[in-house]
Amino acid sequence: MNLIWVPLLPLLGTLVPLLTERAGRTSCAWATSLLPALSLLIVLFHAPAVLSGATLKSSLPWIPALDLELAFRLDGLALLFALLILGMGLLIILYARYYLSPKDSMGRFYSYLILFMTAMLGIVLSNNLIQLWVFWELTSISSFLLISFWSDKREARRGARMALTVTGAGGMALLAGILLIGNVVGSYDLDRVLASTIQIRNSGYYPAILILMLLGAFTKSAQFPFHFWLPHAMAAPTPVSAYLHSATMVKAGIFLMARFYPVLSGTDMWFLIVSLTGLITLLTGAYFALFKHDLKGLLAYSTISHLGLITLLLGMDTKLAAVAAIFHIINHATFKASLFMAAGIIDHESGSRDMRKLNGLWKYMPYTATLAMVAASAMAGVPLLNGFLSKEMFFSETLHQSTLGALSWLVPVLATCGGVFSVAYSLRFIHDVFFNGEPIDLPRTPHEPPRYMKLPVEILVALCLLVGVLPGYVIGDLLNSASSAVIQGLVPEYSLAIWHGFNLPLAMSTIAFIGGLVIYYNRKVLFQFQAQFPEADAKEVFEKLIQLLMAGCRWLNDRLENGSLQRYLMLMLLFTVALIVTPMMTLNQPAGDRPQLPLGGVEITGAALLILGALATVIWHRKRMIALITLSIVGLIVSVTFARFSAPDLALTQLSVEVVTVILLMLALFFLPQRTPKESSPHQMMRDLAISALVGGMIGTLCYALMTRPLHSISDFFLANSKTGGGGTNVVNVILVDFRGFDTLGEITVLGIAALGIFKLINRMRLFMPAGDERGRPWSNDRYPVILATVSQLLLPLALLVSVYIFLRGHNMPGGGFIAGLITAVAIIQQYVANGVDFIKERLRLNYQWLIGSGLLIATLTGIGSWAFGRPFLTSWFGHFHLPLVGDFELASAMLFDLGVYLTVIGATLLILANLGKLTTSERPVLTKEEL
Amino acid sequence: MEMLYALCVGILTTSGIFLTLRGRTFPVVVGLTLLSYAVNLFLFASGRLGVDDAAVLQEGPANYTDPLPQALVLTAIVIGFAMTAFAVILAMRARADLGNDHVDGRLPTIPDESTAREKP
Repeated sequence: MNLIWVPLLPLLGTLVPLLTERAGRTSCAWATSLLPALSLLIVLFHAPAVLSGATLKSSLPWIPALDLELAFRLDGLALLFALLILGMGLLIILYARYYLSPKDSMGRFYSYLILFMTAMLGIVLSNNLIQLWVFWELTSISSFLLISFWSDKREARRGARMALTVTGAGGMALLAGILLIGNVVGSYDLDRVLASTIQIRNSGYYPAILILMLLGAFTKSAQFPFHFWLPHAMAAPTPVSAYLHSATMVKAGIFLMARFYPVLSGTDMWFLIVSLTGLITLLTGAYFALFKHDLKGLLAYSTISHLGLITLLLGMDTKLAAVAAIFHIINHATFKASLFMAAGIIDHESGSRDMRKLNGLWKYMPYTATLAMVAASAMAGVPLLNGFLSKEMFFSETLHQSTLGALSWLVPVLATCGGVFSVAYSLRFIHDVFFNGEPIDLPRTPHEPPRYMKLPVEILVALCLLVGVLPGYVIGDLLNSASSAVIQGLVPEYSLAIWHGFNLPLAMSTIAFIGGLVIYYNRKVLFQFQAQFPEADAKEVFEKLIQLLMAGCRWLNDRLENGSLQRYLMLMLLFTVALIVTPMMTLNQPAGDRPQLPLGGVEITGAALLILGALATVIWHRKRMIALITLSIVGLIVSVTFARFSAPDLALTQLSVEVVTVILLMLALFFLPQRTPKESSPHQMMRDLAISALVGGMIGTLCYALMTRPLHSISDFFLANSKTGGGGTNVVNVILVDFRGFDTLGEITVLGIAALGIFKLINRMRLFMPAGDERGRPWSNDRYPVILATVSQLLLPLALLVSVYIFLRGHNMPGGGFIAGLITAVAIIQQYVANGVDFIKERLRLNYQWLIGSGLLIATLTGIGSWAFGRPFLTSWFGHFHLPLVGDFELASAMLFDLGVYLTVIGATLLILANLGKLTTSERPVLTKEEL
Repeated sequence: MEMLYALCVGILTTSGIFLTLRGRTFPVVVGLTLLSYAVNLFLFASGRLGVDDAAVLQEGPANYTDPLPQALVLTAIVIGFAMTAFAVILAMRARADLGNDHVDGRLPTIPDESTAREKP
């Protein structure tokens, strides 16, 4: 079976609970567990090969252009984690069936849970770093959803937000680290990265990579000083805590460190940072766990402490320490998950998690109590249980390391201190809850839970015992293969025996037990001592920081975003300038080596007119009518410029667009004030002038620099293939309708949408209708001038003929659909101008929306037509024919496409102008004689 | 010649940007039109300038202009018209709905901008 199915099946499984929720709670749980169970079977099927040392791989192309693929690999480490995730997940599904109350949405809960499972599987199986990161983020998001499952509770929302913020920020750091690794190695492929140890360690980026990757790992695995989110995440339903916060998600950070152990470890920097962080986390976690009155709070801090222990092991400079770390990952997952489940049972059946109220539960639930006591003993490290073995290994490794140089003796001493507290809080869990007198006003009388709620706990506790008694048989192979994946080499000799004789680690364990007993016995004194310190509530500190951040952002936002478009534009322009300035500086001289054209009288005259026109527009911009006239001068010169520099198509287009633009603006001016009031302060004027001159100067320089440099263009291809491939000699037109026909199709669609948008905007517009111009002179009520009307009617057929001619020759000579469409539009608008809307309405029954639609339809159908011949969309066809009388002529499917363009342009232009024009005439207020 | 062309593009850009920075809608629309002239000329110039070059394929060797920027600019002109039209109609609609033709949709209460900024 392909490895891809391992994460894919659970991904599909996220839908199952939503679909089966109505079928009843037990059926829903069964259905939900089906796909993960299948996935587990696949993993088990592959397990023998992996245990014998193979690494299985499988990949699918994802984004080939970016060299990204969906790649999965299953080695020893991945196998261990996959088994943990899937196995534990199935137990949690069973447990949650009984834990959730009927009013909780079971489908939603399971769906989130399976989503999280998919994400975790994705992390551990990824063979591509970017993919790993995507799944990493998915765990943050799905854990946010799970923690905030009881979203009506304020603390659940806050805890979820805190977890998301911390782990999300860590995820960002991780992404940066991954990108740096990709930069150094030249690939995001995990195989290649793992094979590039020397390259990464010797690169100058190594410190940055290490710190960023560790930030990702430490935030996820709740290492000091990022540990504060984990206790607050306990607001989640207990199955979530048992799954995410003991066995899986918090282990993702550990997994990351183990995964990159071959490439990142081995330097002093790694040993120092990782071991010190682990040590501090181990101690703070163990110390604070003792003082938590909440059962889950105690377990949360204990988890932090154990995660610190694993981190410390990974940070030690012996290979055996890494083996011990892997071993403890397994052991911690089993005993901590069972403890969380037991805590959930206690909470569920007694209604409280407060250890000051929960006492003497032994009498009410002896069976659960036994299970919980075994698991807690494993946590404390009692012999014959799995916790003992990994703890012994840990103690023994602390004695063999030299991580801190001459201060290395501190590590075993502090480790023993951690052990002391760990025994003390485990004792507290056992003694306070199950003995220690009678329960104090519990909401419910505690009793044993339903049969199958205990089953997952039983399985896990059995595992604790089995591993504790027969470690070599039960876990030896798996531990070996996972460890060799971490070390990337042969695992050193070690013994999983229960009894190693009287040695120093055993002495350390003994000290820990005695010390733990002493501390627990004197806990009242310690509690009083601890009560003197004002408890810094991480939640409050965190909230305050977030508030501060929000206030900062708001402040900045208020400065930037004050609702003034002018300010936005100014900031945007300044930013553009800032972006352009640096590359411009590197340009030594603006002029390149391309020979320049000589300057002639025609050009100078044109340029002078253009500059004068532009300046006049600016100077008289308050007198809007005059500005419009000077603007049209500029437009005309621009079209002449195109004609001068060998671009007849552009000249024709610009000329016809110029006509419609000016008519449009004049129409608009009718509804807008005729003058612009003087508003800007001199200071503002100067500022705007400076900014625009700066940008204009830059653009001009850029334009000059561009023009004077030699041209390397892809246009040679178009020139070479236009006639042979597109069947036309007008290359510009062939590009539009053939080479880049798809772009043009998009473009006319935009044109049509813009026209329809305008149509909608005009509809039901409350009009500002001045009865006269700004000086109070009324509009002329004269009839339409007869000469103009007559001449334009005479001209219409001629103009239409010209447009048809321009259209038909477009493929081979300057012209084409765009230009012909504009010319037709202008010809019809001329009729509007000369004869009025009412006159046209009677004679020209054209629905312009329909015109746009049919144009787009023709263009699209032409494109689709090529499918009928088994060619890609918009493949063109052409052929030459001979007709008697007419002579030789050419037909091309591109012309049909051009017809679509033609119709759309006419429709869009007329839809805009005719509708606007209609408003000016039909509803114009007429002054009465008296008013005059 | 290139120098003069670049000067024209620079001046068109300057005028266009200055007008788009004005506070009323109509000058902004005029400024956008000027700016689109500048942009089109700039894009066109990326194919380099040439007088009397062949725009259409001919028999035998010829000195051709670069057709690609021309095709780009051609559509840019048409789309530019649609954009101008949309902006101008939007301006009209804003004027109709809001009662003024200021770009922010409300008349500035205090003309001096430096004091207006301090208002919350």
